[in-house]
Amino acid sequence: MRNIRALQPLFDLAKPGRRATRFPKSDVPEVPLTKLLPATAIAEQPPALPELAEPDVVRHFTNLSTLNMSVDTHFYPLGSCTMKHNPKRNERLASLPGMLDLHPYQPEETLQGMLALLYELQQMLGEIGGLPAVSLQPAAGAQGEFTSLLIASAYFRERGENRTKVLAPDSAHGTNPASAAVAGFTAVTVKSTPQGFVDLADLAAKLDHETAVFMITNPNTLGMFEPNIKRIAEMVHAVGGLLYLDGANMNAILGITRPGDFGADMMHFNCHKTFSGPHGSGGPGAGPIAVTSVLAPYLPAPLVVREDAGYRLDYDRPKSVGRVRSFFGNVGILVRAYCYIRSHGPDGLRRVSENAVLNANYLLARVKHIFPVPQGDRCMHEFVASAAKLKTDKDISAMDIAKRLLDYGFHAPTVYFPPIVREAMMIEPTETESKETLDAFAETLFRITEEPAELLHEAPHTTSISRPDEVRAARQPVMISPPPGSP
Amino acid sequence: MPFLLNTPDDQQAMLAAIGVGSLDELFAMVPADLRLKRDLAIPPALTEIELSAHMAALARANSPAGDQLCFLGGGCYDHFVPAVVDAIAGRAEFYTSYTPYQAEASQGNLQAFFEYQTLISRLTGMEVANASLYDGATAATEAVLMSISATARHRHVVTAASVHPEYRQTLAAYLKNLGVEISTVGTPGGAITPQDLFDAVRDDTACVLVQHPNFFGCLEDVERLAQIAHDKGAMFIVIADPISLGILKRPGDYDADIVVAEGQSLGIPMQFGGPFLGIMACRERLVRRMPGRIAGQTVDRRGKRCWVLTLQTREQHIRREKATSNICTNQGLLALRATVYLALVGPQGLREVAELNLRKAHYARERFASLERFEIVHARPTFKEFVVRDRQGQVENLLADLAARDIFAGVPLGRWYPELADCFLVAVTEKRSRQDIDTLVAALAQSNRKVMVAHA
Repeated sequence: MRNIRALQPLFDLAKPGRRATRFPKSDVPEVPLTKLLPATAIAEQPPALPELAEPDVVRHFTNLSTLNMSVDTHFYPLGSCTMKHNPKRNERLASLPGMLDLHPYQPEETLQGMLALLYELQQMLGEIGGLPAVSLQPAAGAQGEFTSLLIASAYFRERGENRTKVLAPDSAHGTNPASAAVAGFTAVTVKSTPQGFVDLADLAAKLDHETAVFMITNPNTLGMFEPNIKRIAEMVHAVGGLLYLDGANMNAILGITRPGDFGADMMHFNCHKTFSGPHGSGGPGAGPIAVTSVLAPYLPAPLVVREDAGYRLDYDRPKSVGRVRSFFGNVGILVRAYCYIRSHGPDGLRRVSENAVLNANYLLARVKHIFPVPQGDRCMHEFVASAAKLKTDKDISAMDIAKRLLDYGFHAPTVYFPPIVREAMMIEPTETESKETLDAFAETLFRITEEPAELLHEAPHTTSISRPDEVRAARQPVMISPPPGSP
Repeated sequence: MPFLLNTPDDQQAMLAAIGVGSLDELFAMVPADLRLKRDLAIPPALTEIELSAHMAALARANSPAGDQLCFLGGGCYDHFVPAVVDAIAGRAEFYTSYTPYQAEASQGNLQAFFEYQTLISRLTGMEVANASLYDGATAATEAVLMSISATARHRHVVTAASVHPEYRQTLAAYLKNLGVEISTVGTPGGAITPQDLFDAVRDDTACVLVQHPNFFGCLEDVERLAQIAHDKGAMFIVIADPISLGILKRPGDYDADIVVAEGQSLGIPMQFGGPFLGIMACRERLVRRMPGRIAGQTVDRRGKRCWVLTLQTREQHIRREKATSNICTNQGLLALRATVYLALVGPQGLREVAELNLRKAHYARERFASLERFEIVHARPTFKEFVVRDRQGQVENLLADLAARDIFAGVPLGRWYPELADCFLVAVTEKRSRQDIDTLVAALAQSNRKVMVAHA
């Protein structure tokens, strides 16, 4: 049962004089502050934070949590995000004091267990990707992309080549062109065929000696394995470019095929997707990268290396692109990824992908009669259905369906992405769902299409709020609570 | 397999519905010559019991500083984390949800982001804040990129040697391909000399990036530095320590344009350096250039107050290569931890914890100064950290010797500052008692004797 009172803004719950956390009295000599700090540096008042008691804080945030859908509570088929079950054992094991309470600048002799884990994770990711050299440093997939593009530019710089362009298909995640721009390249879009594959003629026309990298997502954002991937790799390599694999969809191909084997020179993993790091309401993720041995010298520093005396952090990497964040990486998520991979082993990882692909194809088979799937009857781990016909015939949009699904207790698919499909609904069930759940979801989709359009336009009806006014939010942005005492 | 639900019967029924004969057939679109024809060469699966034992063994092979006498800092600190923070962040409705693309099913996350933004705004004295970036280093870098775009000065930025070296390395990596020159003002005295900054800032400088208190723990003369930057039309970007803002003036009070911080101090465990929390707050006029998610308040169709992700036209999923940044996944769960932490300590608690850090660090600083072997390197005022020189130049040995006795005495500085190869950085948080500090000093004195004997 929801407690409306506790959901009031934190600041409205506050009252002067309340306290939660108290700190011990100082046990060192009470020197006047002005002897320790220049008077001009000291604030007259502490920041105007709310004053709350512990029960207020607990009740407020606990009630807030009940307003969310989550993987632990609902089917969450958000395409491209791989919202699979987050194993509880990983949460417990990542929280062992021997893992959680390590300082990044402790002496390496006191970190041998952690360094062994991270070393082994480097090795396992290299094997899974078929690309032997791994950096665990990037904080998320987009940062893995960016770091790889820095590696590409360092590689070409050393070869005396000036390559300015990074190509990506029009079906790519927005992060691909954005990463290219942040890394100082010109982003060039390559067209897709009506089936959603790379248009080889357009690729050939855009590949030249200024091309540094072609970024490809494979399986792509339509959930299809690129049939010409080997040819594409050859074309990119023929002009001296590098092939980058956006690993967002690795959940489809674990132990089935490896990016290094199909011609990729660099890739990232999304540990929070493929390897079950919880998504944390937006993050943290972890975006390790794997590259060929030719590109290994350019990886960020440090890497974990193994020597006779034990494990060590190797900072002495003269050709490295440097670092893209502070400290080692998003270790808490890397530890969970390690636990996940060790829980599965080679057979288990392959079965993860088999069942992810089975679930997606089954759901596709159940819904394709109502929602055309432009790419055809088969998919990998996800598929993109179109509500375009419903939109024309009944004025029911992908957004209407997404919102109405919430009423039935399902999180919505990703909608309006990829941009190359009209009224797109990108559905990724993942392997940690049952046939019963998929059946119920499919039946709910049918039922929604038979509901009156007016009902759907107003959906959702049962959530804590109805559709928000996003235009007002953007035109008259209110991004913080008004200061205390203001009207 | 641990987390699969499909029984063999389910699989057969599903394959039949799909119209294929086997799981293998489902992968027909993967060309046969690209298929892996062997098992992945990774270790075999472990059950939960086996994995737990294996992880316990790995954990035992570590000696966690946070469980012992930890005086390590340098951007990651052994601050106290109240139990409520773990309890709330451990709510699966928070940690197993994702970016609130469907606002109606994510009001908990969105309201928490909005409250986070409000708290950060009040903490820093800025008008707006985003809903988090990766960490302090990337937040600082994104702030510099914002200033370049906002000032349309694409050639030059200024920072200082007293800024965290890993933040400066991150900045250098991000700017390398963009043709932006970075001038780094030297800080031999432990902080920036205003004249040195004045000499470094040019008419085409986009920003001045400083850290206050800085990497050495010293306070910068921020008011004068801000003036120097602004006189040349450059933005003033401050990397703050959130705990210090319980006692120090807020960056908004001394005219900073953008404030960033590492939020780890606000209820986030050290976990070997991440995931942490990149805090960013800025002036309202800069908000459309700010990277990252932003929660905004609005109303729903029934006029009820609610929250959404707003100003999304800045972001990569809409704007692609024209976006303000490539960030997608952020640090939402860590922002939640910081929100709960700040709600728990409140204004008085933040003041108290800041004072405890300050006083204990000064007590330790004086104790170090009383030992003949050591020298306090910088005479300037410090907050919770300070730099110590070992006159015997035995930093690595000394720190290893103490670590073997479960005392983590400090961070050696030689890796980043060759001129400080005989120095280390000591941090003191509210978790250290006077007795802890005395134990550290006694151990140092002992180590002192031992080395003397060895030399004799």
